[in-house]
Formats: sequence, structure tokens, C-alpha cells
Amino acid sequence: MTLLVEVEHRYRTSGISVAFQAPSPGVVALFGPSGSGKSSVMNAVAGLLRPRHLRVELNGVALHRIPPAKRRIGYVFQEGRLFPHLSVLRNLQYGSTRAPAGPIGTDDVISLLGLAALLPRWPHTLSGGERQRVAIGRALLSQPRLLLMDEPLSGLDQARRDEILPYLARLRSAFSLPIIYASHALDEVMRLADTLVLLENGRQRAAGPMTELVSRVGLPLALRDDAAGVLRGKVFSHVPERRLSAIACGGDFFWVPMVAAPEGKDVRLRVPARDVILATGEPRGISVTNMVGARISEVLKIEREHAALVELDLDGGGQLISRVTLDAVDRLGLRHGMHVLALVKAVSVELQPE
Amino acid sequence: MVLSRGRFLGRFLLHAAVHLPLMLPPVVTGWLLLLVFGVNGPVGAALEKYLDIRLVFTEAGAALACGVMIFPLMVRSVRLSLEAIDPGLLQAARTLGAGPFDRFLSITLPLALPGVLAAAVLGFTASLGEFGAVITFAASIPGQTRTLPLAIYAALETPGGEAVAARLSLVSIGLALLGLGVAELLSLRAGRWRRR
Repeated sequence: MTLLVEVEHRYRTSGISVAFQAPSPGVVALFGPSGSGKSSVMNAVAGLLRPRHLRVELNGVALHRIPPAKRRIGYVFQEGRLFPHLSVLRNLQYGSTRAPAGPIGTDDVISLLGLAALLPRWPHTLSGGERQRVAIGRALLSQPRLLLMDEPLSGLDQARRDEILPYLARLRSAFSLPIIYASHALDEVMRLADTLVLLENGRQRAAGPMTELVSRVGLPLALRDDAAGVLRGKVFSHVPERRLSAIACGGDFFWVPMVAAPEGKDVRLRVPARDVILATGEPRGISVTNMVGARISEVLKIEREHAALVELDLDGGGQLISRVTLDAVDRLGLRHGMHVLALVKAVSVELQPE
Repeated sequence: MVLSRGRFLGRFLLHAAVHLPLMLPPVVTGWLLLLVFGVNGPVGAALEKYLDIRLVFTEAGAALACGVMIFPLMVRSVRLSLEAIDPGLLQAARTLGAGPFDRFLSITLPLALPGVLAAAVLGFTASLGEFGAVITFAASIPGQTRTLPLAIYAALETPGGEAVAARLSLVSIGLALLGLGVAELLSLRAGRWRRR
């Protein structure tokens, strides 16, 4: 099952050119700074903008041939856009009464998004986070074939973002629904995306599996301060006597300080590039818990910062990046194709539920 | 609706025709009405011949003159109410499966309604004060086309009519306050949604 999107559009001074394919269901993140064309792509897919060329195919159905009001593409806007003259309940019903019966249940949405207490209230009495949750619920209840979310968290402060992110993460697993998610926040993308589409000035710079792209040193993501590798795995076992939990990622195991998640639970590990230490031999008498073999696939020197980015293909599958000094590159003779050990402190691994 | 969203060649002409009574001296408007709707005017003659309706110097004529005078005010208010609606809401409705007519009924109309009603109340109250156009087109016939300001004027022209004029003026002030109050209530209701 595949989602295919192609958008070509010209504005007076700029243009949009995007073409990607992604597995469905799954989350496609459109990532780029403000003004990079994320909203234009979303509007084109939803039918609110008529571009020169548009192709949206979901599991072989050509959605772009369907008029926008009948396309059944749910759209969560940056500002929520709740109808001010309708109560929360009537807002939620606006889409569902106009949609054919579908698999997404009203009660499920209300409990997933925690909307029960909000139903009788009016949009202008809601907080930003509450409003965004209602907007998500309203879009879901219109039984969409595809859900678009245009920076749904960008208008919110950190506390509100942390309040909604878990709902979004649950959304992607609760309803088997393809989602296109526009964002300029790398942490959201790492947390939610399966597929990543990188936009720069309206052009598509790269598209592919998120875990591969975030650790590719040829892309601007790896140059960022918050650059990190993301590994997908399962909770393998808990070892109470060591106060550690083992996470299986492909053929590798990563230890993290003990977590509450049950064994078998799908998780993501975020490993910051600055916290990956490289060694040519096994060190002894060291506090680092995680030691995995990896082959260097690329070394990018950033002369200006006297640093280098090392792209690693782990022996067990998966990719990480390590940010080291130029001095370390010289001392260890780090180069393409070399086999090294990647050392990661257990406390540096950030564990996120799928 | 057309003035608020439409974009066409004759837009300026329509705009001018609608707003002209606001700018012209009311007497000129009255006289123009007389030319068009008078017994010998193109529309007036046709109305009289086929429908047996006579507008000049009648109650209906006074109503028409008032209507023409307040029409530009109404158009402006309705237009403002429509333009105050966030087009993003209509886009949202569209993605939720609402067609154009559905969107008009479920989003545009309810959001604009308080503003439109407020405009109607204000317009009605203001039309009670119409003088120039009414006296030119419908004259001042007691019991028929004598509107409130015409009656006050007539009373003042009559020796010893100050008491009558004062009473009528009180009525006029009362009506104006009532109209303003109702309009204010209605726009408060409209503003309730826009606070955030």
C-alpha cells in the first residue's frame, strides 16, 4: 500500500516541486523552514490550491481527480480553525455528518484525544492545546482517507506541545491512516515520522525513510546542533538487578536506564550525534554501557567548526552519526569503510514510544 | 455577497450606483426617484400601467425613498460582516466535505447574521429620520407620507406647535436609543466569537 504525491507549481518568484512515495499507513513528515513550501504542498493535496501539476494516489486511487469537498482528506490547520459559532460537539460533528460511515469511531476519537470534558464548551473558551485536539478530532471524524497536519504544534508553547505529542504518537498507531505532517521542529519529526521529505525553497532536497535521512551527513540535518540518529526497536527485556532495560534494534542491543514499557513494545531510540564516541579497540574500565560495531560510510569534515561528522552503518542494521573533533579523525585515522566501535552512554539514549 | 467577494468589470459601476445616495444631497436623490418612478418616468409609468401601483406621493413611495437612502449603509454593514469572516473557516469546511451552498448556509450565514441584523435595525432606525428624499418624492401628506421628521418640521412651522414638536422629538429620541441599543446587543453577540 503506497501513497504517491507529486506537486509542481510556479509562483511569481518561486516554485514548488515535490514528488515522493511512502508506505501507507505511515507518517510522512514534510520538513523545512518556514516558507519552504510545506503549506503549499498540503493545500495542493487538499485541493485548496490548484497547482500546475498534481498527482495524489493512495493505494491506486487517484485522489486528485476527486473534487476537494469530496476528496475526504482531513486537514488539521496550524491555527485549528474551529467554527466559532458551533460548540465543540457540533464542531466534531460537522465532518462526521457529511461523511459516509467509516471505521473511525466517535467514542474512540473522544477518548484518544481526551475530549469528553470539552464537548459542551465553545471554541473561544478553549486553550490553544485543547483547540488543536478538537481540530484533530474533527478531521478524524470526517473519516478521511488521508490526514494532513500543518504544523499543528507550532503555535503552542513547550508545555502544550508536550501535552499533544503523545496524542499524535498514539494517533499513528490507533487508526491505520496515512498522515502527512508538516513541521520545522526536528524533534517532532524524529518522534513521529516514518518517511521524511526535506524541503528547501520549495524544492525537494531528499525523500526517504526518516531513520536513514536524519543520519546522512550529506544533508543539512546532520549539521544541526540537535543532530541525532534514530533507531527503531522493541523493548527486549528488563534486568532489575542492573536497573537496565535492553532494547533490540535489528541485530544490536542498546541498554537504557530501566523503563516501564512492557517487553515487546515498539520504541524509538534517539541518539544525539554529540553523544556517540568512536573507538578502534574495546576500551576497558569505562562507564559506557553500549558498545556496538559499525562501519564508517562517510566522514564529513567541517573545517570552520574544527569538527567532523561520521556516518555509521551499525552491524546490526540502523544508522547513527557521531560528531567528533578533527583531531580525533586524524588520531584514529577515521575514513570511509573502516570498522569501529560506537560507544553510547545509556543515559544519552532517549527512548520514545511508537 | 457580490460586492464582498466578486471581482468583475462592472464592479465599480455597481459600487457607485449603490453608494451614490450616501454622497448626493437627499433632495437630488428624491428628484432622481421622481424622474425614474414618477408617473411619467420609465419605471413609474410601467408600474402604474401593468400593476396599478403608484409610488409618487404615497406611503409606498415614502418607504421606497427611505429604502434607497439607507441601502448604501446596509450594504456597507453587510459587507463588513461578510469580510470579517475568516476565509480559512470556509476552507476548513470544504475539507470536511461541505459544498459551496452548504458552506454558505452552515458557516457564512450564521457568522454574518448578527452583523446583518444589527445593520438592519440601525438602517430601520435611521430611515425613520429620512427627510429630503421623502419630501421630494412622496411629499408630506398628513396621515399618509408624513414621516416623523416631516411632522416635527410641520409642527415647528405652525404657530404654537412647539409642544407637539417637543413630544414628537422625544418619541424620535426614544426610537433612536432603542435602535442603537438593539444594534449594540446584536454586535456584542457577533463579537463574542471573535474575542480570541
